[in-house]
Amino acid sequence: MRAGDLPPEQFRTISLDHKMEKILTVKEFKSLRERIEHERRSDVPAIVIPSGTCGRASGALDLVRAAEHEILTRRLQGAVCLKATGCHGFCQMEPSVLVNPAGTFYPKVRPENMRAIIDALLAGRTAAELLSTDEKGNRIERQKDIPFFRGQKRLLLSRNEAVDPLDVEDYIGNGGYTSLISVISRGDPRAVIEAVKASGLKGRGGAGFPTGTKWEFLAARREENGKFIVCNGDEGDPGAYMDRSILEGNPHSIIEGMLIGAFATGAGQGVIYVRTEYPLAIKHLDNALRQARRMGLLGKDILGSGMDFEISLVKGAGAFVCGEETALMRSIEGRMGEPRQRPPFPVRSGINGRPTLINNVETWANIPVIFEMGPEKYAVVGADDAGTKIFSLVGKIRNTGLVEVPMGVTVRNIVDEIGGGPSGTAALKAVQTGGPSGGCIPARMFDLPIGYASLSRAGSIMGSGGMIVMDEKTCMIDVARYFMKFLKSESCGKCFSCRKGTQRMYELLDDISAGKAGPGHLDLLEELALVLKDVAMCGLGQTASNPVLSTLKHFREEYMEHIEKKRCPAGVCKALISFTINERCTGCGACLKACPEEAITGEKKSRHEINRERCSRCGACREACKFEAIDVR
Amino acid sequence: MIKITINGLEAGVEEGMTILEAARFLGFPIPTLCHHDGLSPYGACRLCIVEIGEGPRARLVSSCTYPAEEGLRVRTSSKRVVRARRMMIELLLGSCPQSKVIQDLASAYGVTRQRFRQEYENCILCGLCVRICKEQMMAGAVGFRGRGEERSVGAPFDVQSDVCRLCGACMYICPACRLRCTFNEPEKAVCNACANLSPPCISKEKFDDMMCYMEPCVACEIK
Repeated sequence: MRAGDLPPEQFRTISLDHKMEKILTVKEFKSLRERIEHERRSDVPAIVIPSGTCGRASGALDLVRAAEHEILTRRLQGAVCLKATGCHGFCQMEPSVLVNPAGTFYPKVRPENMRAIIDALLAGRTAAELLSTDEKGNRIERQKDIPFFRGQKRLLLSRNEAVDPLDVEDYIGNGGYTSLISVISRGDPRAVIEAVKASGLKGRGGAGFPTGTKWEFLAARREENGKFIVCNGDEGDPGAYMDRSILEGNPHSIIEGMLIGAFATGAGQGVIYVRTEYPLAIKHLDNALRQARRMGLLGKDILGSGMDFEISLVKGAGAFVCGEETALMRSIEGRMGEPRQRPPFPVRSGINGRPTLINNVETWANIPVIFEMGPEKYAVVGADDAGTKIFSLVGKIRNTGLVEVPMGVTVRNIVDEIGGGPSGTAALKAVQTGGPSGGCIPARMFDLPIGYASLSRAGSIMGSGGMIVMDEKTCMIDVARYFMKFLKSESCGKCFSCRKGTQRMYELLDDISAGKAGPGHLDLLEELALVLKDVAMCGLGQTASNPVLSTLKHFREEYMEHIEKKRCPAGVCKALISFTINERCTGCGACLKACPEEAITGEKKSRHEINRERCSRCGACREACKFEAIDVR
Repeated sequence: MIKITINGLEAGVEEGMTILEAARFLGFPIPTLCHHDGLSPYGACRLCIVEIGEGPRARLVSSCTYPAEEGLRVRTSSKRVVRARRMMIELLLGSCPQSKVIQDLASAYGVTRQRFRQEYENCILCGLCVRICKEQMMAGAVGFRGRGEERSVGAPFDVQSDVCRLCGACMYICPACRLRCTFNEPEKAVCNACANLSPPCISKEKFDDMMCYMEPCVACEIK
């Protein structure tokens, strides 16, 4: 957002649309880009405020308002430029401010700090007291020096820092649509597919099918009624929001990727499928599509290339299973989101029976990057697999947020260096990747390089990129139970094996965590999990056993503790634990006040006691105690 | 004609056939619950699974939805298939033990126990009623609603649909409770739907022909 264009964003969007002219040829586009580059003043320092959904939740819009206020009241238009962008990734430190071109990063900024930041900016220094610090208390000025950012390779996320998601001209000014122009100028669809193949890009939705090969299949299909390409933005894994950040922060990159895909495969119709739970992403996409249509980047005879292509936006109604491609297509057709067995594969018979190609948001976003860098250069980013992958790093870890790393880095790199190690005192136990369909990687395997094949060998999957870090206070049975609960309510219920299988596995896990399990439980659980993996119709059912199988593989002793000794080593399963107060108790009374069941008794300054009958094992006393005097067994 | 190998027997079958049709044509029995020759394949009951492919690429697919492809190698009762099928039957017994069809299946596959928490459900959601209503009766009076464990079959908003002609096809085709409705002895009813027997039902002459599983009982709606 540039200060000269104030006030509010809606108004600004309309005014932008107004001056937008239809671009009819590649030459016209180039002159437009020259004009934008000429008008852009790169010497003006910019205040960049990440205002994705995560930023807004922590108050980024207040910062934007405070900055606007400063700029307007002090008449700094032209001297300082303000930009509200999508998420930059370090969600934990939001609302944050990035000052460009210096790259100064201010974490957790309060609106009243905005003045100091602008003062410092005008004086050509940094507001030292607002900078982030390392463990030793040293101030870190530059964003790229912060440990969280240092270990990353931000091919996609760095664009979120630069681009105003509501402004197509800003996207073009930052090199946007250049890849499309180069592809159209060359005019050889076959070469595009070869380039994507050479880049080694694999589907970022999780299964890792080579993207170029998929495109080749679609391009080979002849269909007079037209072909579809789809962007799958039905991101439903708990704790994962990579796709949302791209859709919100850089919607034009998806459109550009799809345009290149359409050019290569000859598809005439595109669909972006986004879940309704992402209102900001829908708003930004809607705006971007409107702008692209006005500029003539969508529609008939795009840039004089003879290509016709239109994209429509379909909102999903919030079913996890609609991320599965056959269910997604049914949902787009307006029917109940249920998978069907493949074959026929979508590329043979997809939406309304026409050939259809489905790629994930991150895959599409990678396409312009490949053509900008050149496929050969892209192919050597990362080991084993090509390119980068965005992970959503959450859980018991110090730095949470979105991290983009080259393929082939180890789990330890991500967890220790970027993530900064465990957030609490307990040691790390495992990392869960790939969402509910994924599995757990135990701490002893943290040297595992990230890649489709290596994760799969470890009993997990790449998935769309969720990464939940767990420490010793996490019970693996509880984790498996949580995911199974999610899956049993998100299974579409069409195929009997998945519907009943997930329900029964949940029951068995529930019994184990409630201490009601006998020796037969584990065998039955494992047998059922293995059969379900084999029998289920779609990807959801086939991977639904993964939480069980991977925890069984790596944490069988923990299951045995629960079943044989009726003990939960992590102190999580309520039926199997009891709380006691040890000799460290100072009698401060904090636990007594915190206990909702009034189960704690004791005189001031003497050791308190917990009445086991009354105790509901909620853990409130443990939270309240400052002396680690509450034991869990 | 395409060549396909089922259980080692190489045979030519017509193009467009599913594995299930080809196997049955060649005389290999495959159990099904949600399949009916006159209706579109659905692939929900997972009993008709067969193993295709070789070595590490071998996998299980539902034969009712998988087209017979040139050179496909199919095993209809390999160890892997039988193990999976027995587990499916055990799951069926766990939720619908009163069904004669399921009991017969269990007996045929030697499933003599079920280790899950016993449930008594009336419906296995095979979708036969939904499909016969839509595809053969051209009505679409019943359909699925809900998701996962909440999924059920019923008329929209639980009110008898305008397009329902009370033909009874849905009851006729239901595999879960193919036992006859026991009319005025509700305690013997298998499908439980007759627990709400009411006078218009009992006085109905043609009631004997009804086999009821639905809630509310469709027979009771007949005026």
